[in-house]
Amino acid sequence: MIADLLSNFWVLLAVKVLIVAALIPVAGLVVGFAELKLSAKMQSRVGPYFAGGRWGWAQLLADGIKFFQKEDIVPENADRPVFKIAPALVLMGAVALWVVIPWGPGLVFRDLDVGIFYALAISSISTIGVLMAGWASANKYSLIGGLRAAGQLIAYELPLVLAVVGVVIMAGTMSLEGIVRAQAGWFGEGGPGLPFVIPQFVGFVIFMIAALAELTRIPFDMPIAESELVMGYLTEYSGFRFLFFFLAEFSNMFALSAIAATAFLGGYWMPGLTESQLTFAGPLILVAKVMVLVFLMIWFRWTFPRLREDQLQTLAWKWLIPIALVNIVATGILKVVI
Amino acid sequence: MVEDGELGALGADSYTRRGHPDAQVRMSAYFQDYVTVGVFIALGAVLVAVMLGIAAVLRPNNPTRTKQLTYECGVDPVGAGWSQTYVRYYVFGLLFVVFDVEAVFVFPWAVAAERLGLFGVVAITIFMLTLIEGLAYAIKKGVLRWE
Repeated sequence: MIADLLSNFWVLLAVKVLIVAALIPVAGLVVGFAELKLSAKMQSRVGPYFAGGRWGWAQLLADGIKFFQKEDIVPENADRPVFKIAPALVLMGAVALWVVIPWGPGLVFRDLDVGIFYALAISSISTIGVLMAGWASANKYSLIGGLRAAGQLIAYELPLVLAVVGVVIMAGTMSLEGIVRAQAGWFGEGGPGLPFVIPQFVGFVIFMIAALAELTRIPFDMPIAESELVMGYLTEYSGFRFLFFFLAEFSNMFALSAIAATAFLGGYWMPGLTESQLTFAGPLILVAKVMVLVFLMIWFRWTFPRLREDQLQTLAWKWLIPIALVNIVATGILKVVI
Repeated sequence: MVEDGELGALGADSYTRRGHPDAQVRMSAYFQDYVTVGVFIALGAVLVAVMLGIAAVLRPNNPTRTKQLTYECGVDPVGAGWSQTYVRYYVFGLLFVVFDVEAVFVFPWAVAAERLGLFGVVAITIFMLTLIEGLAYAIKKGVLRWE
């Protein structure tokens, strides 16, 4: 009965929409709370403590409820429609990124043929949202922050895209589901498999650096550098519109980590598990891998100082892009000749 | 491949249908891709609308002149918000277009790398060298230098 109902495309789509609408806030809360607690640990603080009774687990829920009650102020000089649409655009890019993440064999919102390319392309909708936010605020800090964000996001979009070309060459497909299958079946059916992080280690490192920069997280947070630009393109935002940017950031942290985990760490696959076991264990395995990468991102935040704007551009254009190009050629030669 | 169970039904159709010999079934899988993506993008807008709708009921709305002033660390704002800025990044914008278009060319080759064989690798190597040479030229011209 339920299986019959789910075989209808529209019913299934509605279920998927409900699932993702629930998943994104949950992922945001989990990643956000991990960030609060880990930051505290790394700085020898206690962190959130009182909300919810134990460990301060309800801290972010309380924050969310607080934001519901906050006044939504639009500066009188601002470009009102653009100012109001910008957070929606940022969140749209974040939601659309979830379509292609595979959670298990066949367990994916939609396995597009252009999977990984789609994921990297759609995430740049957020870039437009950020630039719009910076421009529409009619504030000097916002304007500089928005321009910095645009310069940074386009500079790191390239290494991000070029780093996965190596994976696509090895897998022979752009579908994320196909990439997982390629890793699982690298040494034939029932073999040990090969996570692409081993042959594509250079690609993995470039991808993670570029992903950090795309998320505008420390050490790449010049667009919102508090000590220079107040809050960058977020300066004029308040209330829930302000919160949307953070929801999108945490959701993107999770989604980009999921894509990195899928492309380089084998995604939902783990050696030794059969297909039917993976259907149930797959989501857990993927979440575990994602959490490792999220932990890395949070760890970097408290380890590295913020880069200067020119160091940022130099890193992308003089190092990451040429290395990524050489990596593509090397992978191509290895794949074809050997 | 997954059995048609309750869990298997989640997305398994994309496998069975995409390679389907019947053109009509293939076509509908094609449209379903677009519809799914479209609905997910719309979901972003709907989430924003719903949450802002709830917030609109709960929050106070009491705009005053001081609140609506452009924020400039407490003092009254000086000059216009859209002040003249030196946009250092526009050359990067040009470079970006070149390399982004390049990525579009590289992906089709990457998917078919094994089939195209040695010819493909030689061709892509020449293509890459041209681009790296272009980047080296831009660096030598001082485009990336910061004064």
